[in-house]
Amino acid sequence: MRYLPKSDAERAAMLREIGVSSIDDLFTAIPEEYRLTRDLKVPRQMGESEIIDYFKAAAEKNAQAYTSFLGAGAYRHYRPVIIDSLVQRGEFLTSYTPYQAEITQGTLQAIFEFQTMICELTGMDIANASMYDGSTGAAEAVMMAVRVTGRDGVLVAKTVHPEYREVMHTYAQHQGHEAREVAYYPDGHAQAGRIDLEALEQAVNEETACVLVQSPNFFGVVEDIPVIAEIAHKKGALLIVSIAEAVSLGIVRPPVEADIVSMEAQSFGVALSYGGPYCGVLAAKEKYLRQMPGRLVGETKDRDGRRGFVLTLSTREQHIRREKATSNICTNQALVALMATIFMTVYGKEGIKELAVQNLAKAKYAADRLGAHDKLLFGQSPRFHEFVLQTEEPPKRLNARLMEKKIIGGLDLCKWYPELGSATLWCATELTTKEQIDAAVAIVAEISVASAAR
Amino acid sequence: MAYPQNYRYTREHEWIEVDGKTGKIGITDYAQNSLGDIVFVESPKVGAAVKKGEVFGSVESVKAVSDLYSPITGTVIEVNEELASAPEKINTDAHASWIMKVELSDPSEVDSLLNAEDYEKFVAEETGS
Amino acid sequence: MATTTNRFVGTTRKVTAHLTQNEPLSFEKSAPGKKGYKLAPLDVPEVDPAALLGAAAREDKPGLPELSEIEIIRHFTRLSTWNYAIDLGMYPLGSCTMKYNPRVNEFVSRLEGIAEAHPYQPERLSRGAMVIIKLLKDCLMEITGMDAIALHPAAGAHGEFTGMLMTRAYHQSKGNPRKNVIIPDSAHGTNPATAASVGYQVVNLKSNAQGGVDVEALAKIVNEDTAALMLTNPSTIGVFESEIHKIADVLHDKGALLYMDGANMNALVGKTRPGDFGVDVMHLNLHKTFSTPHGGGGPGCGPVACKQFLEPFLPIPFVTLGEDGLLHWSSDRPHSIGRVRAFYGNFGMFVRALAYILANGPDGLRQTTEDAVLNANYIRKNLEDVYELPYDTPSMHEVVFSDKRQVKNGIKTGDIAKRLIDYGFHPYTTSFPLIVPGALMIEPTESESREELDLFIDAMRQIAREAEENPEVVISAPHSTRISRLDETMAARKPVLRWKGPPADAVEVDTAAKEW
Repeated sequence: MRYLPKSDAERAAMLREIGVSSIDDLFTAIPEEYRLTRDLKVPRQMGESEIIDYFKAAAEKNAQAYTSFLGAGAYRHYRPVIIDSLVQRGEFLTSYTPYQAEITQGTLQAIFEFQTMICELTGMDIANASMYDGSTGAAEAVMMAVRVTGRDGVLVAKTVHPEYREVMHTYAQHQGHEAREVAYYPDGHAQAGRIDLEALEQAVNEETACVLVQSPNFFGVVEDIPVIAEIAHKKGALLIVSIAEAVSLGIVRPPVEADIVSMEAQSFGVALSYGGPYCGVLAAKEKYLRQMPGRLVGETKDRDGRRGFVLTLSTREQHIRREKATSNICTNQALVALMATIFMTVYGKEGIKELAVQNLAKAKYAADRLGAHDKLLFGQSPRFHEFVLQTEEPPKRLNARLMEKKIIGGLDLCKWYPELGSATLWCATELTTKEQIDAAVAIVAEISVASAAR
Repeated sequence: MAYPQNYRYTREHEWIEVDGKTGKIGITDYAQNSLGDIVFVESPKVGAAVKKGEVFGSVESVKAVSDLYSPITGTVIEVNEELASAPEKINTDAHASWIMKVELSDPSEVDSLLNAEDYEKFVAEETGS
Repeated sequence: MATTTNRFVGTTRKVTAHLTQNEPLSFEKSAPGKKGYKLAPLDVPEVDPAALLGAAAREDKPGLPELSEIEIIRHFTRLSTWNYAIDLGMYPLGSCTMKYNPRVNEFVSRLEGIAEAHPYQPERLSRGAMVIIKLLKDCLMEITGMDAIALHPAAGAHGEFTGMLMTRAYHQSKGNPRKNVIIPDSAHGTNPATAASVGYQVVNLKSNAQGGVDVEALAKIVNEDTAALMLTNPSTIGVFESEIHKIADVLHDKGALLYMDGANMNALVGKTRPGDFGVDVMHLNLHKTFSTPHGGGGPGCGPVACKQFLEPFLPIPFVTLGEDGLLHWSSDRPHSIGRVRAFYGNFGMFVRALAYILANGPDGLRQTTEDAVLNANYIRKNLEDVYELPYDTPSMHEVVFSDKRQVKNGIKTGDIAKRLIDYGFHPYTTSFPLIVPGALMIEPTESESREELDLFIDAMRQIAREAEENPEVVISAPHSTRISRLDETMAARKPVLRWKGPPADAVEVDTAAKEW
């Protein structure tokens, strides 16, 4: 087998040296009744070209060359080519967790840069080296707030990604901090699509550990963070802001009033890859440092006064605290965080803003054009690059017509927000062209024209 | 090592210096030596209740955490703020670096603690020296 | 490093000193106006962000660096040369299974239809992804001997969490959620951390004199309050629990479950199956046994496999074969513990793991396991005269020594590990498992050739001699790295977790929750 660097002669020689007559002598600890005496029923060994053929055939059964208006927590942005050139270097790809700092300064310095850039983008003081993704990051942020405050009341906006809320519910089981959901203002209200501040104010009390909102939220609407922060802080609760679209921070003001930010950094150069691996990260105010889960890289000096970087504050983590750890997390998303680090370095201070503004412009154009034929919900409130369209035509039929022209339309919201009726969530990024938007509009308009003509 | 004669000690290596109804509590030189460089001290809050034999805080080195057990029962009246920015003081002088001051609810509990001589013997047994 | 006396200093054979480039932080090379990007021109009308976003518009620009493309390529390339990696040589890290990360895995995961698939794209446009998921699930169930599996967890710890949530849900469905989880004192730290996060008390089980599970002691503490035993098999000592059937019986008799931490599957694949020897639920580490790359700390993937009776509790959603003969996503699992993450899991890692399985086939998988065990035993045989073996039980894919013989000269496992760096290797796992004082935990994996193993053995033997004759050179190691040992105390006492440049516009916030 081509991954195994031994000849049969070498194996035989090694067995002799060990003093056994066959390899099975080294497996005698396994009780005989449990020893497999047959081949595993997996596909036979394939040559490399066959492996590639297999996956190419599978890839072809996935969407190829479709225009997509999908967002909803996973965003299609351009991935600069140098990201893969760099992360595929063996020294990054096949390196281990940097526990031995002297021979992993490459990884450690890159993480230090990542932590710095996340702080700059989010307005927080400290950031960790990554969590699994935005959904589990949000759940861990809630657990962090519960630890910090010693309270167990949790309030979560209904406009937080539905799957994130499901994950938070799974994590909260047996931890005694089930979340209560807070409604949003309906369409027509001055702050339509944003969290209902009166409802929030009513719900926050001295038992509330945290309020968790997403901004831009699942509808694409940007929340009024300063006002929400005040409501939470008045009663001593922490504010957690979950960010599913990292690119928004190029043009949307950072949630500086938050105590904890849980972000999904997939938009920063991470392929969509059917849902993962992505890149969660937690950032927070300095005073919560010791309750922060996940790895942290710190700057220090070596014996000769040279600057170096090292994993630090490990006493928070599972390998030392064991059952009293801040989290059980060990393996994180390091290589994916490196992709995000390179992306943020490529775009830089100016580029991240330019990129965000392009996204804003594309979505505005799409919303204006689609909104001319159908109803744009929550249009009164500020939004980034997603919007909700309410159509007379049922989403299933609308999207079927779009698919005939190789367009994947907005996400049908009925299973999560049935109160919105025939509603779909649309996203346009810097990669969505005017042509593509116009083509989609034309198809959507066909039926609107037909029904208007009746 | 000279352990202060007027202090009392626990088998978990805490010391207490009693003054009437209050006591100052810290960890012994043996403890700080075993831990290595101390990087952080987790102290209770002023006003917190502590119970004899129960955990009241912890001390961290780079690679380990040690729980601290209270020698007596009472209420925390003061916490050593210096240790927040300079935890290394415990390494340099463990017997002078108190962690918390407690008002004792039952001063007789002190009688069952080890005196300096017995503690020194206990340490000698532990280290096999 | 060289002494002026004739004291022994070993000869490094695997490495020679070599210049590496210096490189500051990206922020320190940044200059206003340098650009590394160019966006396509906007083909839709320009917008005024302040007008669209109002008070929500960002006024400042985040302090990201400004660099040109060549500077970025040099920056990260230089950084990469400071790292050790599997591609450079062996990692003897115990229970990490640092095996070869095949490049075809990287290639296929980047195929357009796979890399660009949006998780919410319609099913009929995702059949390829679902086929991959189904085949991987089938292969992993066959390999583990389990009846059902979920691929969602992002890492081993995440898988443990999922498996223990399922355990609790199962017990709850029987009317008694139970109170505690038994964990051997040789276990990885994620085990007790996980048990606590699921609301269970941890009961420590002292290992027996052979470093394995003391079945009599176990029988004494298992009762109707026991939810499960979390077991790593082979243990973190590298020893197979030969009494595994007794262990399973003791637990099952009281209605408790046997959870297996699958970190050490590299000793079992193709030779035996956890499902056959009594395990009820377990997790796998695709980034260990199944070759997906460690990437400096992640991403991983920790699927959870279980017996039929636990299937109702597996997370959602799951791929199922519909009546129409096509694959579909379903959430029809009324007793599921729910979602453990958004979307479906680290799909990119599924692709890599499946490519690995296809590259091996049944014969390759079995040969891989045999070579892994052969390599560990070869190392054991060639070092047991110079390093202390705390247990004489047979090793499987990893061997644990202790520093007992070296400690008398003041040399500990951590020192030997640092000296090993000078010989061109990454250290083995030091000071773990906790039940072996001064542990040296070595797992070579099957990916090491005899030459690489001999170089490692040679290095370890020379270090043992240095420990005898010239301890100073070991204690002050490493000598050959870009930086020497770092001040970890300072890093923990005064944490500096980000770069700080000239003060940006500070935003004063007076509504921060002050109490905390």
